[in-house]
Amino acid sequence: MQATDVPLDKTINLTVNGARQAITVDVRTSLLDLLRERLQLTGTKKGCDHGQCGACTVHVNGRRVNSCLSLAVMHDGDEITTIEGLGTPDNLHPMQAAFFACDGYQCGYCTSGQIMSAVALLKEPCGADDADVKELMSGNICRCGAYANIVAAIQQVRKNT
Amino acid sequence: MHTFEFERATDSAAAVAIAAHAKTAQQGADVRFVAGGTTLLDLMKLNVETPVRVIDINHLPLDRIEATPDGGLKIGATVRNSDLAHHPTVKRDYAVLSQAILSGASAQLRNMATTAGNLVQRTRCVYFRDTAMPCNKREPGTGCPAITGANRMLAILGTSEHCIATNPSDMCVAMAALEATIHVQGPNGARAIPIGDFHLLPGSTPDRETVLEPGDLITHVTLPPPVAGSRQVYLKLRDRASYEFALASAAVVLTVADGKVTRARIALGGVGTKPWRSREAEAALVGQPINQTSFRNAAEAALRDAKPQSENAFKIELAKRCLTHALQIATA
Repeated sequence: MQATDVPLDKTINLTVNGARQAITVDVRTSLLDLLRERLQLTGTKKGCDHGQCGACTVHVNGRRVNSCLSLAVMHDGDEITTIEGLGTPDNLHPMQAAFFACDGYQCGYCTSGQIMSAVALLKEPCGADDADVKELMSGNICRCGAYANIVAAIQQVRKNT
Repeated sequence: MHTFEFERATDSAAAVAIAAHAKTAQQGADVRFVAGGTTLLDLMKLNVETPVRVIDINHLPLDRIEATPDGGLKIGATVRNSDLAHHPTVKRDYAVLSQAILSGASAQLRNMATTAGNLVQRTRCVYFRDTAMPCNKREPGTGCPAITGANRMLAILGTSEHCIATNPSDMCVAMAALEATIHVQGPNGARAIPIGDFHLLPGSTPDRETVLEPGDLITHVTLPPPVAGSRQVYLKLRDRASYEFALASAAVVLTVADGKVTRARIALGGVGTKPWRSREAEAALVGQPINQTSFRNAAEAALRDAKPQSENAFKIELAKRCLTHALQIATA
């Protein structure tokens, strides 16, 4: 079979933050690029673009994934939740409020991925200790090194729920 | 990234028929199945994988875990690694598999990565991933700069003068110790491949990593019935506490009676060009008392043929200590 450089488009239907939409995308588009470049949901960040940093973490059908390592066309029919769908400035998600209260960030670039990961963690099997939280948050890198406060924020939410 | 035709497979036979037209199922494949995408998309962005057709198999009915009539376990090709690791039967009867999977990647990646994808995941050798560099695995005949270059993470067992790339999987190491069987549907029907025969040593054809041929679709993996009373441990040593590939790992499935080892299945990770079952270590252990001397003897046997590269001689002693410690934990 011969390679072609003619862009190939496909139309998909997906629900993003509760809103169902049809969108035509080049098949090469990652879920991350669909969110950021086509839907202008720029809260989800592109760090490494290779699944190594976690900045692009979103929820697909309620589970956290690296949106950079997934093709948008693989998500026909899926429900996607991004940081924009979690809370609003006037009505923060408890995890967003805890990151704020615990100062769980410095530059903020990794924060939306950290929070999406942390919210998903609440529904996953996870031991009670800080070490358990660190293990399950290891896919989210914070170059500023706000880890201690990120763990504190997550533990605060876990204790209150 | 080169563009490609994308389609969602609705039945396995159709997916096999399309892929059967590929020129190879190995490096350079022009047709690829995609499930999690965590290896394939990563390598397509690097132009290491350049399929012209990508077939999404996520909607095939291959996502179940179920008991087999003989008391074993059938694991579908598209079962997510996280679902497999947390499955109650796996945690109870095949704990080494659960431990191995949870020691690999991150929670996000485990939610995406699948059984079949993990079986065929590619090495993280930096030369393989960089199209500006020669690599016999990526472009046969161009040479192996790793042998004189950055090889600290690379293999010490099963290497050749053409390739020293490490198989990166944790899951496969546990499956080797559990004597899993890989089930494939191909253009000429279905066949079952013992995991020990599934991955190939690099030899003079490091571009060929498995026995898969064009059109072959991994449908599921079966595990034999659990061994009553077996003690299972996966121990992984790495440069950081989490989210890192193994420098050395050991999967141990042991049965002990009257203070002696009656049955042993041992596999090593992070040190081999394929998931490294060590029948030498198993033979050294069976019939021996559970003590430090027996464990060390087994470890010596496992690494007897190890060949260090310029930067990774430390792995020989590390792997020995890893296996010894895994045996200690299993018998504690």
